[in-house]
Amino acid sequence: MPLTDLTDLTVRGVPVFVHTGGRPLDPARPAVVLIHGAGMDHGVWSLQSRYLAHHGRSVLAVDLPGHGRSGGEPLGSIAEIADWVVALLDAVGLERAALAGHSMGALAALDAAARHGGRVEAIALLGVAERMPVHPDLLAAARAGDPSAIDLVIGWGHGPRGHGGASGGGCPVPGLALIPAARRLMAAVRPGVLGVDLAACDGYGQAADAAGAVGCPALLVLGAQDRMTPAKAGRALASRIASSQVVVVPQAGHMLMSEAPDAVLDALAAFLSLRRD
Amino acid sequence: MAGAKFLKFDTQTLHAGQRPDPATGARAVPIHLTSSYVFENVDQAAALFNLERPGHIYSRISNPTVAVLEERLATLEGGVGAVCTASGQAALTLAIMTLMGTGGHIVASASIYGGSRNLLAYTLPRFGITTTFVNPRDLDGIRAAIRPETRLVFGEVLGNPGLEVLDVPSVAAIAHDAGIPLLIDSTFTTPYLCRPFDHGADLVMHSCTKWLGGHGTAIGGVVVDGGRFDWEASGKFPTLTEPYAGYHGIDFAEEYGPAAFVMRARAEGLRDFGACMSPMNAFQILQGVETLPLRMRGHIHNTRKIVGFLEEELYSEKGAVAWVSYPELADHPDHALAARLLPHGAGSIISFGIRGGGGGDGGREAGRRFIEALTLFSHLANVGDAKSLVIHPASTTHAQLDAEALAAAGVGEDMIRLSIGLEDCGDLVDDLKQALRAATRG
Repeated sequence: MPLTDLTDLTVRGVPVFVHTGGRPLDPARPAVVLIHGAGMDHGVWSLQSRYLAHHGRSVLAVDLPGHGRSGGEPLGSIAEIADWVVALLDAVGLERAALAGHSMGALAALDAAARHGGRVEAIALLGVAERMPVHPDLLAAARAGDPSAIDLVIGWGHGPRGHGGASGGGCPVPGLALIPAARRLMAAVRPGVLGVDLAACDGYGQAADAAGAVGCPALLVLGAQDRMTPAKAGRALASRIASSQVVVVPQAGHMLMSEAPDAVLDALAAFLSLRRD
Repeated sequence: MAGAKFLKFDTQTLHAGQRPDPATGARAVPIHLTSSYVFENVDQAAALFNLERPGHIYSRISNPTVAVLEERLATLEGGVGAVCTASGQAALTLAIMTLMGTGGHIVASASIYGGSRNLLAYTLPRFGITTTFVNPRDLDGIRAAIRPETRLVFGEVLGNPGLEVLDVPSVAAIAHDAGIPLLIDSTFTTPYLCRPFDHGADLVMHSCTKWLGGHGTAIGGVVVDGGRFDWEASGKFPTLTEPYAGYHGIDFAEEYGPAAFVMRARAEGLRDFGACMSPMNAFQILQGVETLPLRMRGHIHNTRKIVGFLEEELYSEKGAVAWVSYPELADHPDHALAARLLPHGAGSIISFGIRGGGGGDGGREAGRRFIEALTLFSHLANVGDAKSLVIHPASTTHAQLDAEALAAAGVGEDMIRLSIGLEDCGDLVDDLKQALRAATRG
């Protein structure tokens, strides 16, 4: 029987924080695990998790080890994160779950689906590409805890909705400002964590092979203006997955969940056959 | 590799928060005079009401025109988000009501706008929220005034009307040591002259009526969330860290992380207290914000010239000026601090006294004659207009203060407050000159 109260949840002996979208886990509902990207936490899903939890899903928006409110140290490779997600399912008592991941989290969801196929119902990969090489200067800045690393990530990560200008501008959430909000979210992550995460992305070379091994349905949500994981590279990855569908979101950069929350929700709702409770 | 690129401040005053209207192509921000918004379907309506999807429901809570101003001001301040309100007073009230309830305590600078002081000293105690006022230059006094039930430290970058400069970094550190946030009223400086978040503040508010709007037309306020204060770690803010029945048990800090305060301020504060900004006013204020850098440069240029003129009067044998206060002057007590926090200018408010007022009334009569002789400066209760303004604080904006409080606020009977506008500086000097002569002729 799956847990319903995750207050004191631990995975491999380490305290783990899981946001459940504003309502407790319900063993009768299919679960979806939301896996954040490098240097982030569960908060990147704030415009999706609540909707999912009120549309038929048990939601587990995790803080990966070393991130947000979870304890422990950040995991050093995509494979370790994938294995940790499966360990999380074990700890909660879930046999299967859908996995939705963003960027680094998308690679982890892909890897988990390839190597732990029996545990993964479906995968939704947001802002993903076959390779995610990280510029050595950015990697060095992130490892050194230099704040310029955060500026580089959010600068490259946002499309016109975040940067504004003659063609863009306008946060989907009334009154919020995308780039300052992303900067604060990342600034709250512990020193050195971003460097570990980016190294994990940089070092993962198995995406193409993993895609070929995925047996469950896959949704790829890609930003048409994504400069970190260009849509073209995401499509290439999708073509290697036996059962995949691609949604390209116009005007969106890499930070899809905050730049285009409704488009992301609409894609997830169709893919996971969500219905209001 | 190339560094990160973001639009600069002057560009953001024109563009942040807006793109050409997708429906019409309108380049200017459309004025959305609508109370409410048609739902796409029942599910979307339910999702909006339960904060599952972002969007507009009813213009008391959010409005597309107002949202552009909110995002623009948040961007200019470097904050995660903002809520615009019916006035600056509504912004202060909203911030306080979001943070605390009965039993809450505030430590505030004694040198603040008289209206803010009225709220804190006379009105909020009726609702169980009390305030201790402290000289803003007395850092030890601020620290000593903080109690276990204190939930906020509040001050103005430039005190009104005494022009004391608040040591924002030091006061922020004192507040943070006690696990409470620092709210700064940044009305007198605007983000063009000072961004309090860069100096450690947690929340910023403005009366948008003043320099942001800049033309003395529309009343409005804003509270901006810096997004850095750790409400969870503090443990003193259940409104942000405990389940809220008003939205099915939502925990704002868990749900929205850095945007917890601003999301609660809107979802509860605007929804329930209802002091929202009208879209017409938001449009007017947006027009002002678009020229904020140009106007602030003009305000500062003229202010420095007028300060120079008043100093000439001060130091000349037959001059009519008894004293001049402006933080850029070498003899101002906060001169060094102003140079550090306000390198682009210390605002466009000057206070001064008239020499030889006589009559044993502390200069009040000379001040009356001066104000009534002015022809270009308008005598009214406002600051930050494009037009130059004048007032006698002791008998108007700060009239509710008793003698002791007036002294604590640095408001003398002879104090004249000038708000320097954008007229030709020579004309302003001529007007001041003739009024000073009229005041001292007796």
